[in-house]
Amino acid sequence: MTMAKHPHQICTFKLGDTLFGVDVTNVQEVIRYQEMTSVPLAPAIIRGLINLRGQIVTAIDMRACLGLPPHAEQLPMNVVVRTGDGVASLLVDEIGDVLQPDESCFERVPETIVGVLRELVTGVYKLDHSLLLLLDVERLMSSIPMGHQTEAA
Amino acid sequence: MSADDEILREFLLESSEGLNQLDRDFVELERDPADRNRLGAIFRCIHTIKGASGFLALHRLEAVAHAGESLLSRLRNGDFLFDGAMTSALLAMVDAIRAILGRLDASGIEGDERYEQVVAALTALTNASPTVSDAPLAVEPASTTPPDDVSALFPPRAPVPVEHEHAPPTQLLETPMLPTTLPPTSTDPPASSPARADALADSGDAAQTRGSPISDSAIRVDVGLLDRVMNLVGELVLARNQILQFGATVKDAGFANASQRLNLLTTELQEGVMKTRMQPIGNVWNKFPRVVRDLAQTCGKRINLELDGTETELDRTIIEAIKDPLTHAVRNAIDHGIETPEARLAAGKTETGRLLLRAFHEGGQVNIEISDDGAGIDVGRIRSRAIERGVVTAERAARMNDREILYLIFHPGFSTAAKVTNVSGRGVGMDVVKTNIERIGGTVDVHTRVGFGTTLKIKIPLTLAIIPALIVTSSNNRFAIPQVSLLELVRLEGGTTNRAIESLHGTSVYRLRGNLLPLVFLDHALQLPRASTSVDAISIVVVQADDRQFGLVVDGISDTEEIVVKPLGKELKGLAGFAGATIMGDGRVALILDVLGIAQRSNVVSASRERTIVDKTAAGPARQEEREALLLFRLGRDGRMALPLSLVARLEEIPLSAVERAGGRDVVQYRGAILPLIDVRQLFGVAGSGAADGPLQVIVYSEHGRSVGLVVDQILDAVEALLSCRQHVGGEGTLGSAVVQGKVTDILDVHGVIRRAAPGFFAQEAA
Repeated sequence: MTMAKHPHQICTFKLGDTLFGVDVTNVQEVIRYQEMTSVPLAPAIIRGLINLRGQIVTAIDMRACLGLPPHAEQLPMNVVVRTGDGVASLLVDEIGDVLQPDESCFERVPETIVGVLRELVTGVYKLDHSLLLLLDVERLMSSIPMGHQTEAA
Repeated sequence: MSADDEILREFLLESSEGLNQLDRDFVELERDPADRNRLGAIFRCIHTIKGASGFLALHRLEAVAHAGESLLSRLRNGDFLFDGAMTSALLAMVDAIRAILGRLDASGIEGDERYEQVVAALTALTNASPTVSDAPLAVEPASTTPPDDVSALFPPRAPVPVEHEHAPPTQLLETPMLPTTLPPTSTDPPASSPARADALADSGDAAQTRGSPISDSAIRVDVGLLDRVMNLVGELVLARNQILQFGATVKDAGFANASQRLNLLTTELQEGVMKTRMQPIGNVWNKFPRVVRDLAQTCGKRINLELDGTETELDRTIIEAIKDPLTHAVRNAIDHGIETPEARLAAGKTETGRLLLRAFHEGGQVNIEISDDGAGIDVGRIRSRAIERGVVTAERAARMNDREILYLIFHPGFSTAAKVTNVSGRGVGMDVVKTNIERIGGTVDVHTRVGFGTTLKIKIPLTLAIIPALIVTSSNNRFAIPQVSLLELVRLEGGTTNRAIESLHGTSVYRLRGNLLPLVFLDHALQLPRASTSVDAISIVVVQADDRQFGLVVDGISDTEEIVVKPLGKELKGLAGFAGATIMGDGRVALILDVLGIAQRSNVVSASRERTIVDKTAAGPARQEEREALLLFRLGRDGRMALPLSLVARLEEIPLSAVERAGGRDVVQYRGAILPLIDVRQLFGVAGSGAADGPLQVIVYSEHGRSVGLVVDQILDAVEALLSCRQHVGGEGTLGSAVVQGKVTDILDVHGVIRRAAPGFFAQEAA
C-alpha cells in the first residue's frame, strides 16, 4: 500500500512547460473556460468568481500563484478541487491525463527549489519524458492571503 | 441500541416542546387560577413526561415529575387553588426537569442531582390541605443539601404553604367543581373533549405532539432538509431568471407561454417553501411570560404582559437571530422602563405596569413593537449624561435635536455606564440590540414620552435568503445593492454634472435638497479601472449605512431584482465591501455590496441629518407655509405638476407591451402582484406627448401593501419647495399650487385622483 503522501492517481495539468498534478481524490471535475466575475480588492491570484451550476466558486490563477507571467491569448481551463475550506477552481493552461506513476519514481522537492513552489509542492515524480510536480491543494488554499478580517454578516 | 437512542431523542424533543409551553401556561394560570383547561393541559404534559421517564428508566426525572404530578392532580381535583407559591414550586420543577433533559441531551445520562428540595417543596404543598393526600409519594425526605441548579427565586418561597390553608375553601365556592368533565386519568383523553379542544385552540402546537388525531395533519421535518429544499428553490429562481432573460430574445409564442408558466410556478413554489420555514413569533415569545414574571419579582414591580400577534410568522433563521435582542429589550423595559408600584401610584397610574409585545406584517417586513407605559426617557438627562460620558461634546450636543439625542442610547459608549440607565430609563446594551437587528437587515427605532412610556420599534425582513436588490454597474462590473440600504436615486445629466458635484477638502459632495451628501465613487472605492470618461450623466445611489447617508456614484443603474444571496468562499470572507454574491439572469456572478463596509473603507463621515424621505408617516396633504420635498413631473407638452415625494414609493419605466387589461382597467404585472395603472394625463385631459410606443413613466404609490401606478409623461426632478397652497386654484384633482423653481406648479391630490379613478383602492381599506 502507498502512504498518504503518494496518491494512487494524479490529475495532471500544464502551466507553461511544467507538468503539475493534484491528487485525483481532491478533484471534483475538470471543465473548460468559464466566464468569470472579477472581485475588486481581492488578492491578485483570485481571478474571479464562477457560476458552477448555481454554486459560486472562487477561481485561482495558478500562473499568478506560481509567479508566472499571464498567458497571452489562450483561455484557461478549470480544475475544480475540493478542500477542507470548500470548493475552488484552479485556472491552468492545459489539462493532462490522469496518471498512476510508480511510487518508486517519487522524490522530495530538491533543496534548490525555493519560494512558493517549495511551499506548495510536496514532491516530484520522475516520469519518462518529464517531471511531474505534485501540488498540495490544502496548502495552496490556506496560502491565499486573506484580507483583514472583518465581520461578514 | 440505536432504537433506544431514537426513542430517547424523540422523548427529549417532545418534552422540550411541552416544557416551553408550560412556562407560559403556569404564568397564565397564576393570573387565572380557575382556568381548568390550562390546568388539564399542564397536568397531561407532566404526566406524559413522568410516564415516559418511567418507561425509559430515568428515575430521577420520574421522581421530580411525580411530585409535580401529585400536586397538579390535587389542584385538578379542586382540593385547593393555584397561587404564587405553587407557581414558583412548579416552575422550579420545570427548571429541574429541563436541567435533567439538558444533561440527557448532552451526555445521555440523568446526572446525580436529586432535586430533593424541589421535590420536598412540592410534597409539602401537596400535603398542605386538611385532607391527607391519597397520592402515594415515592420521595425521600428533604435533605439539607442545597440544590445548585434550581432557580434562585425558589428557596425563599418554600415556607409559604401555611398561608393558604384557609384560602381554598372560600375560593372553592366560586370555582365550579368539574372533576367529571375530565377523564379520571388523563392518559389519552379523547380529542373531542372540550377541555382538549380548548387547550389546542389557545396553546397551539405544543399539545399536538401528544398523540392526538390532530397530529395526523402535521409532520415533523428535519430543518436541514428544509434548508436544502430552500437552496434548491433558490437555484430554481436563478434558472427561471435565466430562462426569462433568454425568452426575451426568442420570438416564439409557445416558448413564451411555457416560460411564463414556469415563472408563475416558481414564484408560487418559492412562496410555498418559504412558508415551510416560517415559524410564528410566538415560539420566541413563549418564554417571555416567565422572564417577565421572574424579573418583575426580582425588581419588585408588577407587570402585566400582553402579547399581540403571536401568530406572525418569520423565517426560522431570523427567529433565531432576534431571540437575544428581543429578550434584551424586554428586560430593559422591565428593569428601566416600568416604575415600581409606589412610583406608579404617585404618578397617578395603575399599580401594575403594562408591557405590550406586538408583531405584525407590513410592506414585506415584520414589525415588532415593545411598548411599556413606564417613565419614558428623559432626553435632557441623556444629553447631560452623554456629555459627561464623553460620547458627544457639549458643543455638538447643543446642536443636536431631541431625536438625535434620543438615538444616543444606541451608542455603544453610552450604554456601558450603569448609572445612566438608572436615570434614563433604558440603555443597557441597546447598542447590542441595534447591532444584532441591523445585522439581519433590520432597523430599530425608539419613541418615548416622558411619563407615558417608551416604544421600541423593530423592523426586520421576512427572509434573508432571497432579497430585493438594485443592480448597478461600475467599470463594466455589475453589483447588487440590497434594497434595505437604498434611500433614493439621483441622476445628473448634461452640463449640470460638473457644477453639481463640488469638492470639499479633496472629497466630493453633492447638494441634495440643500444638504451636503458625501459622495463615494464606487469604481474608486473598489480600485476599479476608471471606465470611459463619458461624464455627461452621473448616477448617484443614495444609501444609508448605520445612521449615515452617502451617495454611491455608479456608471449605470439597471433594474431591481430578487436575488438569491450566496456566501463567498472562505478565501474572500475577509474582504470588506462585499456581503456575498448572487447569480444573475445571464448566469454570471455579481457581487453584493456591503454598504456599511464600503462606507467604512471610504471613511464616510456625515452627521445624521433629519430627513424624512422614507418616512411614510409624513405623507398627507401639503400644509400651509411648509417646505416639502416634491417630485416634479410633466404632463402633456409643458404642463408641470408635482406631488409630495413622501407619497412616492418608487418610480418605474414600464414598456407598453407589458400593459394588460383586467377589470376594465390597464394593469401591469409588478413585483409579483398586479399594479393597476391610472393615467393622470387622461384625468386632466392632456394628450400624451411622449413617443407613442415609448415606455410609460410610472409613479408607484403604495399603501397597506397595495399599490397603484400613476402614469405621467416625464419625471422631471425632486425638489424642495415652500408650499403656499391655495385651494382649488388648479381645479379638481389638485391640492393647490406652489412656486417651484420659479414656476407655479400644481400639486397633485394623489388620494383624490386614486379615489376618482380607482374607487376600490380605499374601499378595501375600510373593510
